[in-house]
Formats: sequence, structure tokens, C-alpha cells
Amino acid sequence: MIPAKTKQSYSTTTTGQKVRFMKNSRKHRIKSATIGWSFVVLAVVMICTFTFYPMVHAFMMSLQSGTGTNLTFVGLDNYARLLKDPTFLTTVKNTVIYLIIQVPIMIILALFISVLLNNPKLKFRGFFRTAIFLPCVTSLVAYSVIFKYLFSLDGIVNILLMKISLISEPIQWLTDPFWAKITIIVAITWRWTGYNMIFYLSALQNIDYSIYESAKMDGASPIQQFFKITIPLLKPIILFTSIISTIGTLQLFDEVMNITQGGPGNATMTISQYIYNLSFKYTPDFGYAATVSYAIVIMIGIFSILQFKVAGDKNE
Amino acid sequence: MSKLSSIFTYTFLSLASIVSIFPFLWMVVSSTNKSVDVTKGRLLPGSHLLENFRSLLDTVDLIPVLINSIKIAVITTLLALLIASLAGYGFEIFKSKMKDYVFSFLLLSMMIPFAALMVPLFRMFGTISEAAPMIGIDTLAAVILPTSATAFLIFFFRQSTKMFPREIIEAGRIDGLSELGVFIRIYIPTMKTTYAAAAIITFMASWNSYLWPLVVLQSSEKHTLPLLISNLGSGYSPDFGVIMTAIVIATLPTALIFFILQKHFVAGMMGSVK
Repeated sequence: MIPAKTKQSYSTTTTGQKVRFMKNSRKHRIKSATIGWSFVVLAVVMICTFTFYPMVHAFMMSLQSGTGTNLTFVGLDNYARLLKDPTFLTTVKNTVIYLIIQVPIMIILALFISVLLNNPKLKFRGFFRTAIFLPCVTSLVAYSVIFKYLFSLDGIVNILLMKISLISEPIQWLTDPFWAKITIIVAITWRWTGYNMIFYLSALQNIDYSIYESAKMDGASPIQQFFKITIPLLKPIILFTSIISTIGTLQLFDEVMNITQGGPGNATMTISQYIYNLSFKYTPDFGYAATVSYAIVIMIGIFSILQFKVAGDKNE
Repeated sequence: MSKLSSIFTYTFLSLASIVSIFPFLWMVVSSTNKSVDVTKGRLLPGSHLLENFRSLLDTVDLIPVLINSIKIAVITTLLALLIASLAGYGFEIFKSKMKDYVFSFLLLSMMIPFAALMVPLFRMFGTISEAAPMIGIDTLAAVILPTSATAFLIFFFRQSTKMFPREIIEAGRIDGLSELGVFIRIYIPTMKTTYAAAAIITFMASWNSYLWPLVVLQSSEKHTLPLLISNLGSGYSPDFGVIMTAIVIATLPTALIFFILQKHFVAGMMGSVK
């Protein structure tokens, strides 16, 4: 009984709806569009308010100068100051050093580890994978503080290195300008290699292992397999991870702030930290800080385009 | 695999694993040792954990800070999931040319680093403070609001919605559910795994975030765990045992999430490349 009744009412409503629908299809379209927009409106408003509007505001601020809230219009003076500011140039140099040394090392290391882990005959795969991924669980501040103590003058790293007689006296990991940069690079590599590895591993799993078997039959060495099969097939994901790492490195803050505080001198200071110092540590100059902010945005744009270009050229 | 290359593989992976695990072990072991023993390089677990915990409670306001961290992370996660899933669903199910333009525009925001936003955002919340101190500088709301809508999460939900069967939506409409009803009663329960992965990414990011809370939270009773650890770590005569105990407490939730929900965890991290 009940199904029959439903069926009946069901058919009448559909025909009824059909007629109404044809009559008011325009109205209906508008209504459905309104519903669609109402689902996304909150997100659009929030992102505009907290990301796009601040960027516009930052641009206006970058045309002003002064201390605190007493800002006056200075045109492009801040941008001219940027190019002559030794501290800014140092922070750019430091950030670029981290970028061009750390990102390639990390990506090659992660690729290498994931190729080793991808061997189906390998024992303890799960253990190795979990162990190497583990650093990703820590917060940036927590691991930075741990690294600061591990690498202090009387820290465990120096103790261990001296025990195995690799060095005869402790290395000034945090107070020597050269070693301090190395410490930062080691720390970031420790934290993020496992993260990149996970991306490569899952991409490798999509490659049919028989390709390697037949390459082996044709006499290809492991190194040839790596460069002729693995790298070309993983290119999109390598591009993706290198862009992510570039954006991350260009806004490096937590690690440097907590391991070396930018020191010794300004030897490890990054651009982000300089923005922070300009706004909240020195006498606040929000206008100039906003100008430095734009420098990061522009650098991210340039490096991303560059990476797309490099990846694209290899394609041809 | 030849013998030589197999020896190399195992040696290399073991070394990489030891290097990856060592700082963790050192953190956990040090939290059970006296500060003096930590500086001496002791690598064996001690019996000082409770004392360390007690002196941590004495030196800092651990409990209020812990509550702040939990509040911020939980509210941010709930809000972010709601906003992003509504939008991801809207962009995919009610697809239109105009909406696709708006979507691409939103994706641009992923290229803007937070470092570039902190100054204008700080000024913005300064202005808000004058009108509505409840959500201005030095409030938990100021930490939560700017981070609760991210293009990445919207993208993540939109990608997952592509697999969502449209027929179910039609069926729901015929059953007389409103559009919001379809979303709440059908979409949310079906997409549980997507929500789980999204919740993990958002919770982790919020729990660990440092720069924006550092800028916007000025009084120490409003601080979060990363700020507390950073302050402890920059002290002149640090008590290592106590600091490591604080770090263990801050790391515990994320480590637990990782070990219990490993599959969702990895899915969340990789969300964007599905």
C-alpha cells in the first residue's frame, strides 16, 4: 500500500515541478546560483578579509614611513631604502643560502631514501619509514629548542663527535657565523626530509615495478635506472615539493628565532625575522616592514616561475 | 640485490633512522633527568620526571597555557572544517564559470607567505581592538580568526568532493531535504575520512603555530605552549630537565595522533596531490 501511494504522489509532484520549472526556469537558475554562492560566501569573505585586504593595506603602508602609528606618505622611498639597507641585503643573502643549499640536499636525500625504501624485498620497511617520518610530528619551536641544546658548545653533538675523535675541540655550532648557518640547515633538513619522502614514496608506488625489472634485463645499472626512469616519472611531484619547500624556506622564522635568534650578529637572520624585528623589536616602522614583506612575496613569485621554467625546459 | 648494495642500503637506512629518532630519544630521556646530568650528556633514563614536572608547574603557568592551546586548536579546527567543507562542497556541486574564477583567485592566497601578512594583520587587529576589544589584540579570537579559512583546505575538500556521488544529493532533495539538510545529513557523514584528515592537518598547524600568536598575544596568561617553550628556551640559566618536560607535553598530542591515526595523518599531509 504505502509504496503505491508514494509512487503516485511522487509522479504528480515531478510533473508539477516540471511545469513550474519550465515556467520559472530563469528564476530557478537564479535560486540555485544563490544557494551555491551561499555555501562559499563565508570562505570568500574570510580569505579576502584576512589575506587579500591585508596585502592591499600592506602596499599602501609600504608607501608610508614613520614610527608607530605616525605615518606620512613618502612614495617609493621605502623601496629605494630597501636596496641600500645592509641588514636587509644580509637577510636576503642568508635566506637564499638556506634555499640553494638546503632545498636541493633535502630533496636528493628524500628521493634517495624513498628509492631505497621502494624495494619490495627490503626488510623492516615499515620501521624505517616511520622512523624517518617521525620528525614531522614535532612542532617547529619544540624541535628548534631541542636542536639549540644538542648543538650548544657543551652539547651532546660535540660530546659525541669528540668521543669518536672526529674533532679534537668543540665546534662553535651556534656562535660562529659559518657553523651557525650549518646548524640551521641541518635542523631544517632533519625536520623536513621525511615529509618530502612520503610524497616520493607514494608517487613511486604508482610506478609499475616491472619497468625496473625490464630495465635490469636490458642491462641498466641502478644509477641509470634512477636517472632515466625514476627522476623523469617523478618530475611533477619533485616540482611540487620544491615549490612548497621554497615557499617554506623563504618565510623561515621559527627555527632561526629559537636556535640562534638571528645571531651571531645578523649571520643567520632571515627576511621574516627582519620583518618581525622592524615591527615589534626595534622602534616600530610598519611602513618599511610592509615594504620588506612585499620583497618576500616578489621573491616567491620569481622562484616559483624559475622552477616551472627549469622543469619545463627539461621536458623538451 | 647484490650483497654489497644490500649492506649499503641497510647501513644507510639504519643511520638515517638513528639520526631521525635520536633527538626524540634525547628529549624523552632528558625529561627524566636532572639538569646537571643532561649537560653532562647522560643518555640513560633517570627518575627525575616527577620533580621536573613539579618545578615546571612552579616556574610557569602551565595549566592556563595548556588550556589556551587546547581552546585555540579545537575552535580553529572546528571553524576551519566548517568553512572549508561548505566552500569545497559549494564550489564543486554548484559549479559555475564565475565560481571557478573565484576559486582560482582564492588559490592565489596560498602563494602569500604569512610573514608578509603579519604587519597589516597586526594593524588591522589594532583597529578592531578599539571597537571590539573582545576580538582585538591579545585575545584568543585574534589568533583563531585569520587562520580559520585557508585556501588549501578548501582545495582539499573540493578535490575529495569530486568523488562524491551526485545521485545521493538528488535522492536527498527528492526526500524533501533542504540544500543545507543534504549537506549536514548526507555529505558530512559520508565524508568522514576527509574530515578526519583535514582535522589532523588543521589541529597540528594550530597547535604548533608560533609566529602569529607571538605577535598578537602579549600578556603571558594568554600564551600558548609554543610561546611558553620558546620563552623557557631563551632563558639565561635554563633547567634542561624542566624544558624537556614541557616539550614532551607539547609533543605528546601530535605524536599520539600520528601513531593512532597514521593512515589519516599521511592522507592529510598529502591531501593536495591526490
